[in-house]
Amino acid sequence: MLLQVEGLRVTYPVSRGWPVPRTSYLRAVDDVSLNVGAGEALGIVGESGCGKSTVARAILRLARADEGRVVFDGVDVTRLPLRALRKLRPRMQMIFQDPAASLSPRMRIGDALAEAIAVHGITHGGDARRLIKETLSDVGLPPEAAARYPHEFSGGQKQRIGIARALVLSPSLIIADEPVSALDVSVQAQILNLLARLQKERGIAFVFISHDLGVVRHFCDRTAVMYLGQVIEQGDTRPLFDRPAHPYTRLLRTVSPVPDPDIPVPPLAVEGEPPSPLDPPPGCRFHPRCPYAAERCRAEIPALRPTMGHLVACHFAEAIAAQEDA
Amino acid sequence: MSVLHIDDLRTSLTLNGRQHHAVREVNFRIEEGETVAVVGESGCGKSMLAMSIMGLLPSIAVVTDGHVVLEGKPIERESERQMEAIRGARIGMIFQEPMTALNPVLTVGEQIAEPLRDHLGLSRSEARRRAIALMERVRIPSAASRYDSYPHEFSGGMRQRVVIALAIACGPRLLIADEPTTALDVTVQRQILDLLDMLQDDGRMAMMLITHNLGIVAAHADRVVVMYGGDMVESAPVRALFRNPAHPYSRALLASLPRVDRDLSELASIPGRVPPLTRLPDGCRFIDRCPHAMKICQALPPRVPVADDAEHEVRCWLHVEGSGRDASAG
Ligand SMILES: Nc1ncnc2c1ncn2[C@@H]1O[C@H](COP(=O)(O)OP(=O)(O)OP(=O)(O)O)[C@@H](O)[C@H]1O
Ligand SMILES: Nc1ncnc2c1ncn2[C@@H]1O[C@H](COP(=O)(O)OP(=O)(O)OP(=O)(O)O)[C@@H](O)[C@H]1O
Ligand code: SF4
Ligand code: SF4
Ligand SMILES: [Mg+2]
Ligand SMILES: [Mg+2]
Repeated sequence: MLLQVEGLRVTYPVSRGWPVPRTSYLRAVDDVSLNVGAGEALGIVGESGCGKSTVARAILRLARADEGRVVFDGVDVTRLPLRALRKLRPRMQMIFQDPAASLSPRMRIGDALAEAIAVHGITHGGDARRLIKETLSDVGLPPEAAARYPHEFSGGQKQRIGIARALVLSPSLIIADEPVSALDVSVQAQILNLLARLQKERGIAFVFISHDLGVVRHFCDRTAVMYLGQVIEQGDTRPLFDRPAHPYTRLLRTVSPVPDPDIPVPPLAVEGEPPSPLDPPPGCRFHPRCPYAAERCRAEIPALRPTMGHLVACHFAEAIAAQEDA
Repeated sequence: MSVLHIDDLRTSLTLNGRQHHAVREVNFRIEEGETVAVVGESGCGKSMLAMSIMGLLPSIAVVTDGHVVLEGKPIERESERQMEAIRGARIGMIFQEPMTALNPVLTVGEQIAEPLRDHLGLSRSEARRRAIALMERVRIPSAASRYDSYPHEFSGGMRQRVVIALAIACGPRLLIADEPTTALDVTVQRQILDLLDMLQDDGRMAMMLITHNLGIVAAHADRVVVMYGGDMVESAPVRALFRNPAHPYSRALLASLPRVDRDLSELASIPGRVPPLTRLPDGCRFIDRCPHAMKICQALPPRVPVADDAEHEVRCWLHVEGSGRDASAG
């Protein structure tokens, strides 16, 4: 395994209350375990605030893990001294929804790439210039792009630059947090095709975060579905989306729009919105919205267990499948 | 009579002393009880079209030609006072970001009650009663007790419900929803779209649904208008567009969509990107990205029917008889 995340917990202090604010603790990620093989793409889906970005940040140690381990290529990143961590950094790169946020507006693209190369001591001089040129061409940008500033590029081109900046360091893992969410669909397709090519040709593994199930189905071999800080279902993407077992995954699947007017739209069985992670419900976190919730669901947290071909955290997954798919 | 008839509408924007068409010869109708979706990528003029209809264009923009006909009467030259009355009562509006439509220092109940008093002349207590009924109608739980809440106390989805209650308060004939669910999670998005469908059926309202999401179009629209670079490049009943797209841009757009329900080997992608307003080509706006571009495409293509279906129109030289290649190519 290239990446193993085991029992990860991350909390943020938040102050709330008026007039005297008090600090309470928000558990953004609660006992999450994942793994990614070399060259594999793992998708993470779930609604806003369920903890997707926090998992990504904890993997890169940009957020502190309270509990659990992140093991990258056999090394426990969570306990690594900073100097050793710095050595590992080039191999784990991140791309964001807003690539501009990671690019300095006053730096030419070529200089930004050269800086990344120098900081990590990848190579220098003429070799560095050659690497920059090759990488720009690899992501579909002309060599002249090196002399220009970020604001001169469109959203899609900026995302190509963000990808190039990750690529010059020859990573074995790229964590992509909503990399195509801000792009128009025609440009989104360009970027997804580019990422798929890099995965295939360079054997780069991906943790790919998105709220768009269609995009995830297209790009990811396996997928983890998160709800309020926990993984509630995980498995190979196709069977997971074709035969979801957890009631929440079923819900996500029914509400994901399909661009085909002849496919009937099933009625919505679930009302309400996700509750705040500050006061997660006891037992199964989905129980206040779940049409199948029973007494046991309010009391006992369902374990993520293997059933029906993937991992599911629901007490009644089998019974629900028997009833629904009958 | 159509509720809305957009008749060869042009809206231009003055940038650095030059006029640019943000909306060019757009032409479609919306009937009672019908939903027409306006789709297209960022910057194609969807919001400019909506603003042109509502008389809310920024000062640098103006409707130069054509008409916005609301229930048989052109309104594009109405005074600002007239438009204010029309917007309050006959056209309801919903935007992407509900917070921009709500006043943060007024309670949600007061905000819904206000147009009822202004436009329908209701008394304070009568308006309050009606506002609570409206909040119930848009399914805000325990509406009466939330009348005195402020917008920031609501979730994004609940705020959008308040905006919808505001938009339908005076029983408008036309509802314009500009990306009403783009900022929301998919489960909430679906709840809001179902709510709009239900309200529209009840009131026989006409709805113009602006979105860039073709999945939403497939499930919630009756007809579709596809825009590119300010032009309406295709207009069709929803099934015809998805089954038989005629414009090269519509075809490419549909082929570029990843799907949750099936596997696609590779996504078709359109080379290049939408040119900015100041660099739009004069003729067919799609010419630089179109695999079928011909010499004649340097002139604005006419609107022509597709496959003898009066409801299905395309603006592309490929479909003009005698002007080039076979229309079925591509
Ligand atoms: N720095 C922070 N301080 C306090 N709370 C935070 C912080 N960052 C995130 N949170 C909270 O932690 C939870 C998880 O946030 P996270 O950003 O990981 O969610 P996400 O799944 O990435 O959501 P989105 O889809 O909106 O990006 C949310 O409730 C969020 O409000
Ligand atoms: N105030 C303005 N000043 C200058 N240009 C503008 C202004 N408003 C809009 N435009 C330009 O007019 C064109 C049409 O913009 P419009 O907002 O209608 O696009 P849209 O289809 O609604 O896009 P989106 O999907 O991003 O909302 C774009 O090229 C845009 O840059
Ligand atoms: S454990 Fe219970 S509440 Fe949770 S998803 Fe399963 S049936 Fe629903
Ligand atoms: S008019 Fe010409 S350039 Fe435009 S879409 Fe049709 S074939 Fe392509
Ligand atoms: Mg996030
Ligand atoms: Mg817009």
